[in-house]
Amino acid sequence: MNPLEILAQYWPRLLDGTLMTIKLTLLGALIAALVSPAFALIRVHASPMAQAPLRLYVSFMRGTPILAQLFLIYYGSGQFRPLLQDWGLWTFFRDPFNCALLAFALNSTAYQTEILRGGILGVARGEIEAAKAIGMSRFTALRRVVFPHAYRIAWPALGNEVILLMKASALASVVTVFDVMGRTRQVFSKTFDFSVYLWAALIYLCITAVFVLLWRQAERRLSRHIGARHQAPATVQPLKETRA
Amino acid sequence: MTPPDIILKAEDIHKSFGSVEVLKGISLAARNHDVISILGSSGSGKSTFLRCLNFLETPTSGKVTVHGEEILVKNGKPQNARHIEAIRARLGMVFQQFNLWTHRTVLENVMEGPIQVKGEPKAEARSKAEAFLKRVGLEERMHMYPSQLSGGQQQRVAIARALAMEPDAILFDEPTSALDPELVGEVLKVMQDLAAEGRTMIVVTHEMGFAREVSSEVVFLHEGRIAEQGPPGEMFTNPKTEEFRRFIAKAM
Amino acid sequence: MFELFSYGDAGWGDEILRGLAITVQLAIVTLPVGLFLGFLAAAASMSRLLPLRLLGFGYTTVMRGLPEILTLFVVYNGAGLLINAVLQWWAPEAAPTDFSPFAAGVVALGMVFGAFAAEVLRGAFQSLDSGQAEAGRAIGMTERQIFLRIRLPQVWRFALPGLGNLWINMLKDTALVSVIALDDLMRMTKVAVGVTKQPFTFYLLACLIYWAMCVLSELVLGQMERRANRGIRRA
Repeated sequence: MNPLEILAQYWPRLLDGTLMTIKLTLLGALIAALVSPAFALIRVHASPMAQAPLRLYVSFMRGTPILAQLFLIYYGSGQFRPLLQDWGLWTFFRDPFNCALLAFALNSTAYQTEILRGGILGVARGEIEAAKAIGMSRFTALRRVVFPHAYRIAWPALGNEVILLMKASALASVVTVFDVMGRTRQVFSKTFDFSVYLWAALIYLCITAVFVLLWRQAERRLSRHIGARHQAPATVQPLKETRA
Repeated sequence: MTPPDIILKAEDIHKSFGSVEVLKGISLAARNHDVISILGSSGSGKSTFLRCLNFLETPTSGKVTVHGEEILVKNGKPQNARHIEAIRARLGMVFQQFNLWTHRTVLENVMEGPIQVKGEPKAEARSKAEAFLKRVGLEERMHMYPSQLSGGQQQRVAIARALAMEPDAILFDEPTSALDPELVGEVLKVMQDLAAEGRTMIVVTHEMGFAREVSSEVVFLHEGRIAEQGPPGEMFTNPKTEEFRRFIAKAM
Repeated sequence: MFELFSYGDAGWGDEILRGLAITVQLAIVTLPVGLFLGFLAAAASMSRLLPLRLLGFGYTTVMRGLPEILTLFVVYNGAGLLINAVLQWWAPEAAPTDFSPFAAGVVALGMVFGAFAAEVLRGAFQSLDSGQAEAGRAIGMTERQIFLRIRLPQVWRFALPGLGNLWINMLKDTALVSVIALDDLMRMTKVAVGVTKQPFTFYLLACLIYWAMCVLSELVLGQMERRANRGIRRA
């Protein structure tokens, strides 16, 4: 079969996989985005003793393969099946999608925490002092001054992180989640037609390209104030930075 | 008890950084309409003292009273820290490096405190902010971002930001030191007008002219202590201590 | 409990160590391949010739945008098909052969490493002080001499942190080859899990081993960075 025939025949599956990849990535990134601000604050402000568990967590997540993390959760939970059944959690861990989502969210939380920590440390001290001096509470100062700046600083790196997560999400196919990669392997094992891999590659590149465009658009809005005199500094570049 | 017209009182302020004692017991009281200039060579502790007044720096010990709200500090621990934010809201501050919030427009910078801290309605905060910006001569720049303004303009916005809180007193921390020489005048002019209006101001400065012409009282710090204090006319014509004599000789 | 991990027939210690040896071999063989591809791609993307620049840009952009596991499958299956096609044409009666998973791992991981390394190296070359090359020119060095004697030795210092990160990433990515049936650490762990029915214990062990390798790598890289920065005063 030629590549176009493959596409004509299997596009519904690939589309289905694409939606799954997007869902897995965005949900994972979103859950991590909800948790990471609090963690980042702990990393900036808490005493070394208090943040030791968090540092251990971040180091573990960055020092082990995501595939191993995924297996640890998906297969590993089987070892505690009776316990999980007692707690009513077994139905959650039995579903590969849930396990993949949990693994990716935990992993991305670690990376986002460190990225955001860098952003918070990059906020000009003077602007925080001005917020204090005017009588803002800590919380108000965080909400109105610290986080708006921290997110603007961290924005390009956060964009990279989401792209890396999107790439990592392909691992979910190994535990039988039917994302782009999962569908592709399914089609290949049926047809032994290599061109399906090329379509998969194209899909991943398109998702990345669209995401980069949207992210840059958002970055422009976030950086309005840098405006006229100064050019905005770094813009998100797909994967310029790598995670490690 | 504090006499009614005393707005701000600092008693026996000590501050140490590690083993170095920077402030060795400073007391100061500002009455309504006072303009107090704090002078001293670098390292004399004058900025640290000013920052202790609104607890940007926590004194090691001492007591600060602003408008009846009193905070006592022992062993570096404020006894009723809850009052700190209330005290800060009553004391405006103008920084050497302006410290405008760069992600907000000029107008938003001025409206921020009244809305977020005092809970004023937006419309009211806005009309007041416009009035204060007009007061410092920047009403037509109000939709710009700080990065689009000169240093002198930014400092005038910072003054408007402090005024918008309708503070009992304003602290100035070397407000003209970061400015190019040709921009110093516009900021000093605004400060002079504020003094003429009867604002209570405490100004850490290197501007001898301002200290001499505008302030009602001059405090000279030397090595963490008040070395000399009094009305400017007297002090400048007839310095009592050798240190202050040398200081003005160097500055003139 | 400890019997599980013991060395010999009773425990899984020896199997897992053998898997670890494969993992380390794979990483060590991939490194020079990846660095070579990285230099090549960096040179291409800094070339004066537009087609070469486009080629470099295309390679780095595509490789960095694809999931590593997809690249691995493309190489493994694609190369297999290619070899068999050539074989068919060359000797139609020969039995079809498989591309070895180890070779596929080296090629795929090397290509990924190379794409990221190209960006690191390009950045490093661009952050070199151009005055030094001019000084070389001023005393009459050829461009080749300038490259070999001035630019190349200094690029190392700028590129080391980025390349170090890539090494750690690649070390972790080796776990992917277990999916194409190479008997690395990850796959031997899976085998042990299949027999012992203790998935959490063994996957945790695998995680701890990878973690230890990464932490060790970080320590060594930190040492190398300190050495590379001798004589450079920190700003």
